[in-house]
Amino acid sequence: MTDADLIIIGAGPAGMAAAISASEAGAKVILLDEQQSAGGQIYRNVGSNHDGRSFLGEEYFEGLKLVEALSRSNVKCEFGTTVWRIEDDLRVVWSRDGVSNISSARHVLLATGAQERPAPFPGWELPGVMTAGAAQILMKSSRLLAKDAVLAGSGPLLYLVAVQLIKAGTPPIAIVETQTMKNAFKASRYLPRAMLASKMLAKGMELLRYIRKSGVSRYTSAKDFQAVQNDDGQLTFSFRTRKRVHQLVTPLVLSHQGVVSSTHISRSLGLAHEWNLSQQAFLPIVDKWGRTKNSRIHIAGDGAGIGGARAAIASGRIAVLDMLFQLGKLSDDQRNQSSTADRALLRQSLAIRPFLDALYYPPKEILAPSGETLVCRCEEIGASTIRQTLNQSGLGPRQIKSSTRSGMGPCQGRMCELPIQGILSSCGKKHLLPKVRTPIKPISLGELASLAERPSTKS
Amino acid sequence: MKRDSRFKERQEGVETVQMTLDGDIMTAQIGDSVAAAILAYSANPSRHTAMGSPRAAYCMMGVCFDCLVEVDGRPNVQGCMTLVREGMVLRRQNGLRPISGVQADD
Ligand SMILES: Cc1cc2nc3c(=O)[nH]c(=O)nc-3n(C[C@H](O)[C@H](O)[C@H](O)COP(=O)(O)OP(=O)(O)OC[C@H]3O[C@@H](n4cnc5c(N)ncnc54)[C@H](O)[C@@H]3O)c2cc1C
Ligand code: FES
Repeated sequence: MTDADLIIIGAGPAGMAAAISASEAGAKVILLDEQQSAGGQIYRNVGSNHDGRSFLGEEYFEGLKLVEALSRSNVKCEFGTTVWRIEDDLRVVWSRDGVSNISSARHVLLATGAQERPAPFPGWELPGVMTAGAAQILMKSSRLLAKDAVLAGSGPLLYLVAVQLIKAGTPPIAIVETQTMKNAFKASRYLPRAMLASKMLAKGMELLRYIRKSGVSRYTSAKDFQAVQNDDGQLTFSFRTRKRVHQLVTPLVLSHQGVVSSTHISRSLGLAHEWNLSQQAFLPIVDKWGRTKNSRIHIAGDGAGIGGARAAIASGRIAVLDMLFQLGKLSDDQRNQSSTADRALLRQSLAIRPFLDALYYPPKEILAPSGETLVCRCEEIGASTIRQTLNQSGLGPRQIKSSTRSGMGPCQGRMCELPIQGILSSCGKKHLLPKVRTPIKPISLGELASLAERPSTKS
Repeated sequence: MKRDSRFKERQEGVETVQMTLDGDIMTAQIGDSVAAAILAYSANPSRHTAMGSPRAAYCMMGVCFDCLVEVDGRPNVQGCMTLVREGMVLRRQNGLRPISGVQADD
């Protein structure tokens, strides 16, 4: 006997939508998330933000519908639980408050979303440099507003956070953007297709208009980012535009270069992945139902490739239809027919991606850092060390790891893997999928030992 | 020396808890993560690395591990993934603490 028909990992839009529809279809569902409440990244904490944080925008509060539907459903939600291993027989091992437990299911849906792309530049490890997403998390969860920040990098989230900060009454002192005319030119050929998602395009334009109207300074085609800590703890952030070198003094540099799929769980399962050129990241290989080569494991949402919240919702529900089909609750025809509306939604939401991927393609110096820029923040290893190791012996990522220790710190490669891939490819080498071992998050030995004593714990 | 936070001072009216950070009293709001509370408290680093460089929370979502802090005697806790509680005793970590259970090498 299993604990559930379906265990879903991740309570973002993909996981919530999947959980609701599976449970409506009569499936027994367990939903696990390491956050303290449902919402995922985009709708983080939306269920508790009734205090008029309207600066977060209408789109954020749209998440309330899902969160409320989830709480009305029969889905068993377990928050504050970090999944650190999934076994081939679909036993899901999770940790909460220093205690590990195992739940088992007939199907597993990975809906673990994305992380911001690591964006190395000299000084990115200093206190005061954070990601734009981190600043947004602080707004959503703690009502903390960044004071006189500089937003630096590129991507839609950079503009969204800028607008949220302006509306909250704490505008950034500047937005420093890395995208160039060349990016815009390359992106233009995807514009006709992006028109299919005209609402999303319009929203983006609206953000830009708002920023322009606010009078916040914008710099474009910026490069050579550098942050230096001053005696008073402030940062001097410098960069170069076509015309000259600029210096801004600020307490906070909020950096962003788009988001990339989180693949630690899918990789730890030994599932197939491939390098995606336009997203510059590894993506798990799934079929049109989100099904992996293990037919009982599906992946939905940003974890299977970046698509945003609406695509995540659609793909979550589509994956559930395939599971219901496998469980014998739907016929082949029923599955296919029931997916039509969500397929249309998915197609429409994804139509804008090639345009966005080209427009906000990360600059070379961020993808493949050089010089003294730290690549591995945990083990404090600079790009030049990695490049030297690579040149000396013609090694691949695995050897780089063992000879430099990069990727062996607590983040387990989440920050350094992509920059190392970038360095590899800038040296003309092939991308090689870095292995992931469990536990995918550090677990104390005591916790492992106590789990071993209770092998058949039920949730 | 304690430096002022990099973030705007928050309105009151939210229930608070009292904790200590390296022995100093630190007030946080209910619902804060430990990392958020430390950022709201001061601009100082929240740890130093093995090579002595200052660090503070970077991603706030459990990815970077730069928010590691000692909580009630337990080292290497991810501050951004841990909610504050009344009476918590926090200590900044200086230098390396062994991380057990990480088997990322291959
Ligand atoms: C920091 C950040 C902020 C963002 N903000 C916005 C925004 O404001 N607007 C927007 O349109 N898009 C935003 N995005 C893009 C976002 O990825 C998508 O819009 C959307 O949230 C994707 O939905 P999802 O369901 O695929 O994943 P997510 O919403 O990312 O949800 C994944 C969930 O899985 C959980 N999880 C991951 N690993 C584990 C594990 N091992 N164990 C247990 N739980 C786990 C996470 O806690 C998370 O709640 C943001 C992305 C990031 C990284
Ligand atoms: S701030 Fe990145 S893991 Fe906590």
